[in-house]
Amino acid sequence: MSSKRLTFPTTEEEIRTLRAGDEVVVDGHIIGIRDRTHIRIFDQGVEPPMDLDGAFLLHTAPGVRKVGPGKYEKVCIGTTTSARMVRFTAGLGERYGVRAICGKGGLPDEAIEPMRKHGMVYFAIVGGAAALETTQIEEIEEVAWEELMPECLWKFRVKDFGPLIVGIDSHGNSVFHDVQERAKQKLEEIYARL
Amino acid sequence: MITTDLEGIVEDAASHLYVWALKDIPQDLRDALADAAERETSVSGRRVLSTILKNVQVADDQKNLVCQDTGIAVYTCRVGEHFPLHPARIYAALKAGTERATVEHPLRSNAVHTITRENTGPNTGHRLPIVHWEFVPSWDGLDVKCIPKGSGSENMSFLKMCVPADGVKGIKQFVLESIVDAGGKPCPPGIVGVGIGGSADYAMYLAKEAIARPVGTKNPDPVVAQLEEELYELLNDTGIGPMGLGGDVTVLQVHVEHADTHMTLNPVAVNYQCWAARRATAHVGPEGEVEYDREF
Repeated sequence: MSSKRLTFPTTEEEIRTLRAGDEVVVDGHIIGIRDRTHIRIFDQGVEPPMDLDGAFLLHTAPGVRKVGPGKYEKVCIGTTTSARMVRFTAGLGERYGVRAICGKGGLPDEAIEPMRKHGMVYFAIVGGAAALETTQIEEIEEVAWEELMPECLWKFRVKDFGPLIVGIDSHGNSVFHDVQERAKQKLEEIYARL
Repeated sequence: MITTDLEGIVEDAASHLYVWALKDIPQDLRDALADAAERETSVSGRRVLSTILKNVQVADDQKNLVCQDTGIAVYTCRVGEHFPLHPARIYAALKAGTERATVEHPLRSNAVHTITRENTGPNTGHRLPIVHWEFVPSWDGLDVKCIPKGSGSENMSFLKMCVPADGVKGIKQFVLESIVDAGGKPCPPGIVGVGIGGSADYAMYLAKEAIARPVGTKNPDPVVAQLEEELYELLNDTGIGPMGLGGDVTVLQVHVEHADTHMTLNPVAVNYQCWAARRATAHVGPEGEVEYDREF
């Protein structure tokens, strides 16, 4: 499978070219975010101290080593399950102009419409493959909200980040929806012969 | 007289096991993942499995953790009745070993107060680590198995109090429905642990015991072993596939543990273990001799 290469931050136009099932590799800057970070932004109403316009958000709480005030080195950086954070999808697109959300395991169907409407995609990464992912992160450039450690807001510079598979595109398609639909039909067949 | 510092030895072992389990996944699992990569026919499934195998290699080469989720520290202990350290001290040693590994490596600290969500520090806290105990008569040894358990897979845990009239069919349906609902979230293809019988809490305890078995082991009861085989075939027929992106390999293995139960009970618990099924064991003798083992 040939991969498309994208550099982040990016534009809605670029995002609209992607289709569910495409394989993508990413360069540039990506932002690490997790449960407590979302809760602070949306439930506690605190504005994020980083620009999220055109951003690629990675669902992560990295393993790091502190090397100075506000300065961290990577130890092991991988990706967490996305589904827990699905309710923030529309807000991220509408209020902050986020273009891509990347995590593992997929987002439920409620993410499909906001992604279509706001021109966003969901990238599925291989969960658990953190040793490899760590080699693709060149540097931890910035961290905000250190008191939420490790669920801070992180800025990473990445090269050849992937492989990522477009799990949900900005045209209403979701690989995860399709797999679930087929599996549910299959379960009906299986139950009939048990 | 020189007395052996058994508590210190168990602490050292726990500290070593936690980091070792996180970095170096066992051979049975490596073989199962390589087999899965051979079997898988979908494009994205093949891509996922080749990335997983590459990741295991990178972890070996760079001596890094396989997965960033250092989990909650779970240990299973088999304590011989003549082992000369009381379980209260064994627990203290496991806790101290977990803390030391977390601080010295350093490992990501995951443990939080369950209401305030404040991080408790070195991966320990109130009732953390979690220890399963088994006491063995007429023996003077201690087996400690460390199973760092990631949250992605632990969040995919399910319990149903089936009724006797649901029978084995009800058990199978519940396991199937659970794994389809879990989809890509627990990092498939992994090990599905199923606990049946006992009580509600004990069924889940057994499901956790089941995920900690080496891949390829079978339940010694042939009736239960047959259920393991049937569930394995059925689950791999669902098409969920690697990381839930669709494909042939949804699970590497199904392990079932059972307990006899009340005539009106039929509890079924499902506990999932991700493809990075971390596990490492130490056998400790009464004089403090330690042997490390990956086949257990």
